Amino acid sequence: MNNILIGIAILLAISMIGAAVVAIRVKRPAIAILAAGMISLFASILFLFLAAPDVAMTEAAIGSGLTTFLFFFVLGRVRGDEHD
Amino acid sequence: MTRRFFVVLLLLGLIAIFANLLFNYAMDSELNQTARYYAKHTATDIGAANIVTAIIVTYRGLDTLGEVTVLFLTASIIGLVLARSKNKAQADAQPTQRSNQHKTRPFPSGELLTTGSDLLVPLILLLGAYVFINGHLTPGGGFQGGAILASAALLLLLTNPSRHFSHQLISKVESTSGLIFIVLGILGIFFAGGFLDNRLLPTGTLGSIFSAGIIPVIYSFIGLKVGAEFTSMMINLAETEKKQEKNK
Repeated sequence: MNNILIGIAILLAISMIGAAVVAIRVKRPAIAILAAGMISLFASILFLFLAAPDVAMTEAAIGSGLTTFLFFFVLGRVRGDEHD
Repeated sequence: MTRRFFVVLLLLGLIAIFANLLFNYAMDSELNQTARYYAKHTATDIGAANIVTAIIVTYRGLDTLGEVTVLFLTASIIGLVLARSKNKAQADAQPTQRSNQHKTRPFPSGELLTTGSDLLVPLILLLGAYVFINGHLTPGGGFQGGAILASAALLLLLTNPSRHFSHQLISKVESTSGLIFIVLGILGIFFAGGFLDNRLLPTGTLGSIFSAGIIPVIYSFIGLKVGAEFTSMMINLAETEKKQEKNK
């Protein structure tokens, strides 16, 4: 692994930690869900750097794709309950 | 105060563990025993160009069966829980309201989203099918392909939230592919080396599409099953949401 890749990997890791902090601290749930999806997306890029394309595909498709939208569906349901 | 102290202590402990991992990390110069076995024997025994798929579907096929079962349980539990809340919502609503529910759309989606999804859904379905049919050659496989198939269904749901999906078709696809997966595994006991052995069909030449025995067949059915399960989860969630919106 050359230096550029290591630099990108460290940058990704730092932004993942940042996104995790945002996901915990932020008040609006929609932003928290998006931040959690971003963690998965960056994790999948890291898996690609570590020569694990299979895991990267799973993480991108399920972790950052489906889970994020599933959370949004559930968020919509929970909000609907609050109004009743 | 003590709680904050414990949090700081926990964080310090985690930092110590990860720093230890980081500074003592050394890349292995050679594969360990299990990995060496897989790397050496996959091409000759299994005939799959993608070693990961050979491990998932054949060497560790039983674990994959367990994984598929866990996903199936999750999907059915979600279906069960949401079906109960749906029944309650239906009992509260007037029957006349239910009949014209499909005609009235609460939020008509934009032209861009409609046209874009019409264009993209077939392509996404094609990509999903490609990913699980080529699972033994390129990275990816049944789980990834299934998730891509489900994301096509998700796009359809986003375009038109009140779109009606056939539950019967989805559950038929799901149960048939699960059954075929098990039957192929059991056939392996009688006609090949054991449960889920891939040499039910000839292994063929390494790297061609008809190779690796029944791995492409099994992985295609896993892909259909996973796609159907994810789709049914999302549809269940979306339909419950719809019922509740109407109740307001």
